Amino acid sequence: MAQIICEDVTLGYDGKAVQTGITFAVEAGDYLCIVGENGSGKSTLVKTVLGLLPPLDGRITFGDGLRAGEIGYLPQQTIVQQDFPASVREIVLSGCQGRRGFSPFYTAQDRQRAARAMERMEITDLAGRCYRELSGGQQQRVLLARALCAAKKVLLLDEPTAGLDPYVTEEMYALVRSLNREDGMTIMMISHDMTAALKYADHILHVGACPFFGAKEEYIRTDLAKKFAGEGEK
Amino acid sequence: MTQIFEKLALYFTYPFVRYALIVGVLIALCSSLFGVTLVLKRFSFIGDGLSHVAFGGMAVAAVVGVTNDMLVVLPVTVICAILLLKSSTRAKIKGDAAVAMISVGALAVGYLLMNIFSTSSNLAGDVCGTLFGSTSILTLNKIEVWASVILSVLVVIFFILFYNKIFAVTFDEDFARTAGTPVGAYNLLISVIIAVIIVLAMNLVGSLLISALVIFPALSAMRVFKNFKSVTICSAVLSVCCAALGILISILAGTPVGSTIVAADITAFFIFWIIGTVRKGVGK
Repeated sequence: MAQIICEDVTLGYDGKAVQTGITFAVEAGDYLCIVGENGSGKSTLVKTVLGLLPPLDGRITFGDGLRAGEIGYLPQQTIVQQDFPASVREIVLSGCQGRRGFSPFYTAQDRQRAARAMERMEITDLAGRCYRELSGGQQQRVLLARALCAAKKVLLLDEPTAGLDPYVTEEMYALVRSLNREDGMTIMMISHDMTAALKYADHILHVGACPFFGAKEEYIRTDLAKKFAGEGEK
Repeated sequence: MTQIFEKLALYFTYPFVRYALIVGVLIALCSSLFGVTLVLKRFSFIGDGLSHVAFGGMAVAAVVGVTNDMLVVLPVTVICAILLLKSSTRAKIKGDAAVAMISVGALAVGYLLMNIFSTSSNLAGDVCGTLFGSTSILTLNKIEVWASVILSVLVVIFFILFYNKIFAVTFDEDFARTAGTPVGAYNLLISVIIAVIIVLAMNLVGSLLISALVIFPALSAMRVFKNFKSVTICSAVLSVCCAALGILISILAGTPVGSTIVAADITAFFIFWIIGTVRKGVGK
């Protein structure tokens, strides 16, 4: 059974539909890229899958042992975070908050989990540093480590490479791919970068006037992809 | 020097001076703990808004003739706090406008009511006292002191128990929500507590200067420290020191309590700002 199934979902805010007829399924170990024009509802889709917004219509179900709250989320950075006085360790550890429930303090197990996540993201040496003084790429690694603390099997990334320079962007993609291949994480990623989406993903979800979902090879053959990729290169 | 100590010793034989110091320090502690969260959540002005609501509530209580005005002020302020924080989570732009609206509205209506239905002969003095808290901290009775002590202890215990959750909710609401933290419930709880702190703090600095008590220690600490824990601890210690210092100076020099405390906070801010700037320069 698939981990996440969307059936004919209508997305939107406050009763106003942004996008209708979204249907897709994500299997364990998939690497899905969500592409589409600005304002087509990519972020709305992500928020709906995460349960931050209710779907206006249709159904989203979790299967294969996945429950809501076990998806690691890498949100776009907010203005608040830019000057937030917090150390890397504090932020990564806050990823364990969800599993704590009502108990007030972190356990030794949580600290270990955070330490492992930081090691995986190669930011152990930054643990005591202040988040706002890090470079964009380092900040993304911190937030990714936090997502790993919360995630069991699935990572959902909202434009993880926005604002990064080309070299760091490549590093980020390599990191996400290794999480997918070596750690068996299911990846769902919003991307503006068509070239990278087609290079790394195995499935594509195109959100827009005529939505598409399927394997990458199928997508490349569609007119939609040709048009969209062409526009992207301009 | 000995003269100063003698003078202080003399004053401390009066219970109302001791009460003022105890309550002042406790309120400074509570407001600074939540100040960090409020500043980071871009709610620096909520203290101002809610304190004006509390002022309006006091005016209504005075007009209606309720003997214990806490019975009116506290529920009204709590309800407004909940409304303000709720509206801003739904529509981000409305947040600051809503705070401004409620703040100015409550202030105007409060003053209007006091003016029309005034029973006191010294209206300007009453209003000034409520706004700037010039005397009310010196007129506390034993029950009020105990109430403040108990409420402050509860606030501090709550803060320690929920410290990690407050951090998670402040740093990234969306992420916390996806991880299964009941963000709405914590926001509600935080706004109720802030309302309680503000009503308490009105006794100390009056409604106009509450924002200063909430934001200055947090901002000062943020100049120098770089992780959430040290910022929180530093702002609590700083706020307590400034409050104690301000009260002592105001006793010795005969200055108004609230303004003196805020002046101490402002001085501390500049000192921390300079330390922060120098450190940054050295780091480079």
